Amino acid sequence: MDFISILSIFVLACFVGYYVVWSVTPALHTPLMAVTNAISSVIIVGALIASAAAGSETAKWLGLVAVALASVNIFGGFAVTERMLAMYKKKG
Amino acid sequence: MHEAAPVNPWVALAYLIAGVCFIVALRGLSSPATSRRGNRFGMAGMLIAVVTTLVTHELASLPEIVGAIAIGGGFGWIVARKIKMTDMPQLVAGFHSLVGLAAVLVGVAAYLNPQAFGIAFPAGSEYAGLILPVSRIELGLGVAIGAITFSGSVIAFLKLNGNMGGAPIMLPGRHVINLGTLAAILGLIAFLTIELSAPEWVFWTVLVLSFVIGFLLIIPIGGADMPVVVSMLNSYSGWAAAAMGFTLGNTAMIITGALVGSSGAILSYIMCKAMNRSFISVIAGGFGGDSGGGAAGAAKTDRPWKRGSAEDAAFLMQQAEQVIIVPGYGMAVAQAQHVLREMGDKLKEHGVRVKYAIHPVAGRMPGHMNVLLAEANVPYDEVFELEDINSEFAQTDVAFIIGANDVVNPAAKTDKSSPIYGMPVFDVNKAKTVLFIKRSMGGVGYAGVDNDVFYQDNTMMLLADAKKMVEEIVKSLD
Repeated sequence: MDFISILSIFVLACFVGYYVVWSVTPALHTPLMAVTNAISSVIIVGALIASAAAGSETAKWLGLVAVALASVNIFGGFAVTERMLAMYKKKG
Repeated sequence: MHEAAPVNPWVALAYLIAGVCFIVALRGLSSPATSRRGNRFGMAGMLIAVVTTLVTHELASLPEIVGAIAIGGGFGWIVARKIKMTDMPQLVAGFHSLVGLAAVLVGVAAYLNPQAFGIAFPAGSEYAGLILPVSRIELGLGVAIGAITFSGSVIAFLKLNGNMGGAPIMLPGRHVINLGTLAAILGLIAFLTIELSAPEWVFWTVLVLSFVIGFLLIIPIGGADMPVVVSMLNSYSGWAAAAMGFTLGNTAMIITGALVGSSGAILSYIMCKAMNRSFISVIAGGFGGDSGGGAAGAAKTDRPWKRGSAEDAAFLMQQAEQVIIVPGYGMAVAQAQHVLREMGDKLKEHGVRVKYAIHPVAGRMPGHMNVLLAEANVPYDEVFELEDINSEFAQTDVAFIIGANDVVNPAAKTDKSSPIYGMPVFDVNKAKTVLFIKRSMGGVGYAGVDNDVFYQDNTMMLLADAKKMVEEIVKSLD
């Protein structure tokens, strides 16, 4: 993809983010942080590429450590969000 | 410019779908009713992104990858099950540091093995094997933001977890040092971009300086400003992911980075507004140390005030039509949330309408108090935000304040010289009766200012440990 296409996606996504986040109810701001934490670990994609590629042994091991770190966040972030959201109950 | 490998349209589509799943996940949080479905979309998006990556790359080391996921994932899952809800801010800060470090490692790996990431000049070119200029900017910024997120979050974690004092640490001339370091980082990234054969030390220096600046930026910020800091680092972790997304030309990473970046920025803004602090002054640091501000005004206990007992409080609330409970972080420290909900249930049995009023900075991070109340089984439709409930105090019989102080201080509206002037506060003084639980008359809130509400004719001070006092009230309500 060329730089301008990527930049376009980025700028539009910033606007989407702005409106979606303002629509989040303040009562769920802590779960919002936990889940954004989990999804920002999509950086695992880069880590997987680094660890799967042949060519540089150092890069591979750095990638593997990054995979492990991002996995902590993915599993931990989604699990803790799920745990919090399960607590929110209506009256009665 | 990213002409490395022709992109398979199905792969690009899969990453786009993952990105859309993340948008839907955040959208679900607009109400508790849809939030869990939203979270499932988030998980689905992540699964799509990971599987797509694994099936479209030749895997030289699958067993190691599975092992890394199992170790990291297992650890994260256990921590998520065990963590106490009061410790949520530390956990989030800790998680931020991991995203930052992962971004740094990915950036370094890309720097060492640019071919694998498709960011090198193609073979046959004059510069074959060297990293493309645009990718150098993206990589430099990504590594820098990742490193700042990492070291900043580690300090935030240590402060929130109590391993490090909450008091601001002020270095002399820190603004000059910070600006100088920041300028050096940007200058070196520019050099790296323009000079294709720049030596390796330039890249490593960018990395080291970024770790240092993250550390320097957070140490002068005091404990009370931590909600802003945690939100800000949330934002940084997003921008780090976005920068890596640019390097890889990956839609899922770019969309996520933009979402998380905006989310953290908006939360920082909301927190700053709730404390009436400008973002710049928070970043400049110094305010809100645990011990700071005490000299600004110790409570003037020579003014007359009324002391009440648990029985008095129980009697007054039983007679009331509506009681609004204003919890602050002191309630969570005293672990009084469960017994508080019991008190609410008892009052409802007596036909009293019970509502909870939450200030945006009531907890240690945005929305923290709501989670603590939800954990104690307080129904979320009894919990109201500041602007939704503030007009109701005038028609309320009892305002019940537990573990809060600054957020109910009328000086924020009337006293221009007060350090909390301009902060939005609850108008509890308009309620017919104010019941104020406090450990003693000596201590004052974070901002260290006296509170006129203590000395009002319609205020009854309940001096005791919050949990013990509420337990006694519950007994008296039988």
